[in-house]
Amino acid sequence: MTTVSALQRERLAYRRRQSVLSVAVAAASTAVVGVVVVVAVTGAPGWDRVRATFFNGAIARDALPDVLVGLWLNIRLLAVCAIGALLLGLGLAVLRTLRAPVFFPLRALAASYTYLFRGTPLLIVLYLLTFGVPGLRLRGTPSLLVLGGIALVIVYAAYIAEVFRAGIESVHPSQRAAARSLGLTYRQTMRHVVLPQAIRRVAPPLLNDLVALQKDVGLISLAGPIDAIRVAQIQTAEHYNFTPYIVAGVLFVLLAIPLIAVTDWVTVRAARRQSAEGTP
Amino acid sequence: MTAVLDCRRVRKVFRGTVVLDDLTLTVAENEVVVLIGASGSGKSTLLRCVNLLETVDDGTIHLDGVDITDPKIDADRVRRRIGLVFQAYNLFPHLSVLDNVTLAPRRVHRLSSTEATERAMALLNRIGLTAKAKEFPDRLSGGQQQRVAIVRALATSPRLLLLDEVTSALDPELVGEVLDLIRDLKGTTTMLIATHEMAFARQVADRVCFLDGGTIHEQGPPEQVLGSPEQARTRRFLHRIIGLPAG
Repeated sequence: MTTVSALQRERLAYRRRQSVLSVAVAAASTAVVGVVVVVAVTGAPGWDRVRATFFNGAIARDALPDVLVGLWLNIRLLAVCAIGALLLGLGLAVLRTLRAPVFFPLRALAASYTYLFRGTPLLIVLYLLTFGVPGLRLRGTPSLLVLGGIALVIVYAAYIAEVFRAGIESVHPSQRAAARSLGLTYRQTMRHVVLPQAIRRVAPPLLNDLVALQKDVGLISLAGPIDAIRVAQIQTAEHYNFTPYIVAGVLFVLLAIPLIAVTDWVTVRAARRQSAEGTP
Repeated sequence: MTAVLDCRRVRKVFRGTVVLDDLTLTVAENEVVVLIGASGSGKSTLLRCVNLLETVDDGTIHLDGVDITDPKIDADRVRRRIGLVFQAYNLFPHLSVLDNVTLAPRRVHRLSSTEATERAMALLNRIGLTAKAKEFPDRLSGGQQQRVAIVRALATSPRLLLLDEVTSALDPELVGEVLDLIRDLKGTTTMLIATHEMAFARQVADRVCFLDGGTIHEQGPPEQVLGSPEQARTRRFLHRIIGLPAG
């Protein structure tokens, strides 16, 4: 054991007192805010009415099984759309970085695509595909669910492409120079040096886009498929009570939490693995 | 015998500034040529032109008798035969030390994973870093990183090794280990080295070239160019760097 000087003991005691104090302050202010919010909401003149129409326990229990069945559709749609949008987005991003003149049309096409679909409201693309395309009465038109999924992929790929492109451009040119000096071709440099670093760097914003996609998957209910939101809408109409929407909302939040947790974990792990200090 | 590298009247212009001005230089098999000169004298640009990271604006560069400045040449094929080590190491931060070294042998030279790993471990053993093979570059000191970068460039057995100010980013106490490695390579590797380390140039060079304004003003054995330079501007440069009498 090394002996600690009186001065250092004094410092440690002071820091301990400070941390106890800050915990106490945090606890007190949280309690005050919490009480104010609860009093303001439950004390409101219409609270009893709101509680009955939005937070009705019996109706919630009744709605839950059907909403869960609807949510399973959202989850499957999310998985397929996420993969589709990531792949299409990555493809678009890589096309936009190609420099050779022969690729000009592809580059221009990819650029116009990201401009167009970042500017178009998702709802309009969704209506165009789910109401417009079947209206053409072509043989082999896919189901509304598939068309709605395609609308989501089209719009989200445009955002995701820009995130990937930002990642690709954030990799320092010296990394490309090093790869090319070793004889790697443009494609190999992209595949083995630039993209692995780019994707790691943009993993948090990408997963953020996926959380947004997860919510927007619910918009498909507007086109007809019976997803969690659609089920909640039907149940709401049946009971003249909004509680089923709250049930669906809570389930969506619960669904997002693991995705958000994975995002944080991926970010921290990547930072730790590449940094000697173990801090990002 | 043809020279490994033969630069003839090479010219490079960046936005109206002449960086290489009709520079002519040959490097023979296993010869070590050291380029000295002030910052901006064109040392790095010459190395980048030889590795086709820059396109020359006039003149020719021949590698083993083949004109590599011919626009029809496959630049990737040329670069496979030239190693380049950078001032800032430029290791790939997302790959382990071992993967940094084996990337080009596996992907460019199509070696099997086992064979590439075997050769890489032999090279890492040579620089005493086998224990660090699985580490990521950020866990290594600057000197260790630069030695890995040199080994990475050697892993493909290049005909010519270009070293661009490889000790400039290092703490003085770490410079020695990198220079020891380069000294080790002398006699078996053809090298073109840009450096500010005059003592090192003296030890390792077969020939020292003094660059100024994008052209070689004086070249010869190190003891002559560094010890008793003939040109007034070489003397002025050495006076500033190592305090040689400007005379």
